[in-house]
Amino acid sequence: MITKFIDNLIIKLKGVYKVKKNKALFGFMALVLVLTMLAGCGKSNNSAESNTPDNTKGNNNTTTEQTEKTLSGEITVLTQRTDIVDTVFKDYAAEFNKKYPDVKVNFQALSDYEGQITVRMNSDDYGDVLLLPTSIPLKDSADFYEPLGELTELSKQYIGLEERTVDGQVYGIPTAVNFSGILYNKKVFEDAGVTTAPRTPEEFLAALKTVKDKGDAIPLYTNYADGWPLTQWESVLTTVAGSVDYVNVEQPNSDENFVAGKPHYDLYKVMYDAAKEGLIEKDPTTTNWEASKADMANGKIGAMVLGSWAIGQVQGLAANPDDIAYMPFPTNASEVIMPLADDYTLGINKHSKNKEAARAWLDWFINESGYPTEQAGGMSPVVGAPLPATLKQFEGTDVKFELQTPSQAGQEGLVDKIDKDAEIGLWQPEFKKRIIEAAIGNLNESYDDIMKDLNDAWVKSRAKVTKE
Amino acid sequence: MVFKNLSYKTQRKVIIVAFSLIPVVLLFTFAYLPVFNMFKYSFTDWNGYSKSYDYVGLENYKTIFTDSKYFTVFKVSLYYFAGSFVQLALALYFATILSFNVRFKNFFKGILFFPYLLNGVAIGFIFLFFFRPDGTLDTLMQSIGLGAYTQGWLLNPKIINISLAGASLWRYMGFNFIIFLGAISSIGKDVYEAAEIDGANRWHQFRHIILPSIKSIVQLNMILAISGAISAFDIPYIMTSGSNGSNTFVIQTVTTAFKYNKLGLASAMAVVLLFIVIIVTLLQKLLIKEEK
Repeated sequence: MITKFIDNLIIKLKGVYKVKKNKALFGFMALVLVLTMLAGCGKSNNSAESNTPDNTKGNNNTTTEQTEKTLSGEITVLTQRTDIVDTVFKDYAAEFNKKYPDVKVNFQALSDYEGQITVRMNSDDYGDVLLLPTSIPLKDSADFYEPLGELTELSKQYIGLEERTVDGQVYGIPTAVNFSGILYNKKVFEDAGVTTAPRTPEEFLAALKTVKDKGDAIPLYTNYADGWPLTQWESVLTTVAGSVDYVNVEQPNSDENFVAGKPHYDLYKVMYDAAKEGLIEKDPTTTNWEASKADMANGKIGAMVLGSWAIGQVQGLAANPDDIAYMPFPTNASEVIMPLADDYTLGINKHSKNKEAARAWLDWFINESGYPTEQAGGMSPVVGAPLPATLKQFEGTDVKFELQTPSQAGQEGLVDKIDKDAEIGLWQPEFKKRIIEAAIGNLNESYDDIMKDLNDAWVKSRAKVTKE
Repeated sequence: MVFKNLSYKTQRKVIIVAFSLIPVVLLFTFAYLPVFNMFKYSFTDWNGYSKSYDYVGLENYKTIFTDSKYFTVFKVSLYYFAGSFVQLALALYFATILSFNVRFKNFFKGILFFPYLLNGVAIGFIFLFFFRPDGTLDTLMQSIGLGAYTQGWLLNPKIINISLAGASLWRYMGFNFIIFLGAISSIGKDVYEAAEIDGANRWHQFRHIILPSIKSIVQLNMILAISGAISAFDIPYIMTSGSNGSNTFVIQTVTTAFKYNKLGLASAMAVVLLFIVIIVTLLQKLLIKEEK
C-alpha cells in the first residue's frame, strides 16, 4: 500500500521537477499583491460600530413563567466539557424539554475552548449560550454579549456576578463558584506521620519532606509539562495575602507586586523551595496530567495545587474517595481565607436569534440542572443553595470562604491590562516554569532575580497603562 | 452569441480565464489576503478580537528589534539548523542506496517515508514517552549496556534541543529522502551502464553522476530545511511548549499573539520571520551561484 503510494508520489514529483518556472506569472502575482496592499491601506478600518448595549430591554426576562409554554426555537449551547457533552448534557436537554418542549437545544463542545472561541467571536456565529472567555476584557463585554439584567436586581438571586458586570449591567452568571487550595492524599500524609493539615509555608514544606523521607510518594506534583496546572497557583493569592482586597484593589495600585514580603513573592517561594529541595517530581518535563490524577488517587502523589473542581475527578479514580482531601494553601496571614472564584460565566450571544429561549436555558442550567455542584465540583452561585459535601469538613474550623472584592470603579480589568502589557502572564505557565527551571538548576538565576525581573516589568507597564 | 462561433483565440482566452479563475481566487483568499492582513495588523495594536484598534506605525517593529528577548530565541534555531544538515546527509545516503538494486527496496522506502505521514501531535507524544525517565530510549540503552549514559533527555537544558532536533529529524527526513529518490531515479540507466563499463564503482557513480545530476534538488532541499529550521515549531511546541530553554521564534510569536493578546506585535514578528527566510534563501542562492 505505502510503497505504491510512494511510487506514485515519485512520479508526481518527477513531473514537478521538470516544470519550468513561469517568471512572468510570478511577476504578475507580485504586482497583484503589491496593488492589493496599497488599495487596502487607503481604507480606514478604525470605525468601530456603535456598540452601546441595548439597555432599554432592562430586566424583562423575569416573565418566563408566562412564556414557558409558548417559547420555541433552536439554540446552540457551547461548552468546554468534551467529556460529558454526549452523556450528561443530553440528559440535561431532555430534562429541559419537559419544561420547554418547543425549544431544540444543540450542543457544541470545543476542546480548546479559550483558544477556539476567541477566534470564532470574530464572526457573529458563536452559539446562543456560551461560556464567556476570560481573555475578552470586561469593557468589551457589550460588543459581544446580551445584558442579563441590573446588578442590583440580579445580586439578590446570584453571587459572583461582579466578574462580568460593566456599568451596573450583568453579562454573565457563573456556572459554579470554585474555591482554591491544595488537593492532597490524606492517607499519604498520615502514613508519613503528618496528621494535621499544615498551616504555614514552613509547616507545609516540612510535611512534604516527611512524605519524601517515607519514600512512597512524590510529595508535590507540579504538572510542569502540561503547563496549565501551574496557573492554578495564582488563584490562591488571596489566601497568601490573607485579605480579600489584595487581588483586585491593592495589587493594581502597587509598584511592589513581586517584592520580598508581598503575597506574590511568598506564594511562589513555596513552589521554588519545594522544587529546590527535590520535593517535586523527578523529571518535570515529562509529566502527564491524566496520569497524575490516577497517581494521586493511588497514593503515588502527595499533593497538587488545584481548584476545587478537581476534587471530584480525583475522588472518582480513588479506591477510597475519603482519602482525597482538600486544604487551604499555607499562609503566614492572621486569617485563613479560602478564596471563592467564578468558574466560567455563562452568557448569551448578542447576535443570537432566539434570545428568550437562550435565557430560559441559562436560567434552567444554573438553577435546576445540578451542574454547578455535580459536574463543576464547586458551589452553586444561587443565593441560599446548600453547601457541597466537600466543604462540610471545614465547618467549625477558622477557615473562611470569601469572594474577592471587585475592582474599584474605573479600575476594572486593570490588573489584566498591566499583566498582558508586561507579558508577565499571571494566569499563564511561563514564569512558573521559569521558577521551577531555576530551582532545579537548569537556569543561572536565583528566585530573587526572577522576582525582580517580573516586578520591573510590572512597574514599567503599570506606569504605561495608568498613564493612558 | 454562441461559444463555438467565437474565434479560436477568443475561445482560448475564455477557457484559460475560466480554468484559472477558481485557483486564483482560492490562492488569493487563502494565501495573499491573510498575508496582506498580517502586514496590516503588524502596524496596529490589535489584540485579536476587539472591534477597533489603533495604528501605531513602526512601534511593533521597534519593540522586536530593541528587546533582546525576541531575538535570543534564534539561538535555538541553530540546533535545528545543524540537525537539518544531518537530515539531508542521511536522506541523500538512503536515497542513493535505495536507488541501486537492493533487496526489500520498496519496504525500506516505506519505512523511511512513514514518519512523515504520521500526525505531528502523535509524533510529539511518541517522543515524550521515548525521552521520559525509564522510557523507551533509557530502556534501550540499558539493554545494550549503556545504562550509565542515560540522561534527562528533556530535563537537561544542554541536551533538550538536541533531543528535540533529533525528533524533528526523524520526522522530516523521509520527505527529503523521497524528493532525492525521485530526482535520482530520473537519471537515465544508460549513464550508469556506461560508467560501469569504464570501471566506476558505487562511490564514483555517486560522486560523478548522481550528485551533479541532482544538484538543483539538493539546493531546493537545503532551502526547505533551513527555512524549516528557522521556523521550527510543531515538535517543540507539542513536547515542551517552549519551556526549559527550547523556545523558538514561532512559539514566541504564538505566545505573544494568543497568551498576551498582542496580535499586532505577533504579526510584526511573523513579518520579520518572513523577511529573514527570504534573505536566507536569497543569500544561499547567491553563494551557490558564485561557486559555479
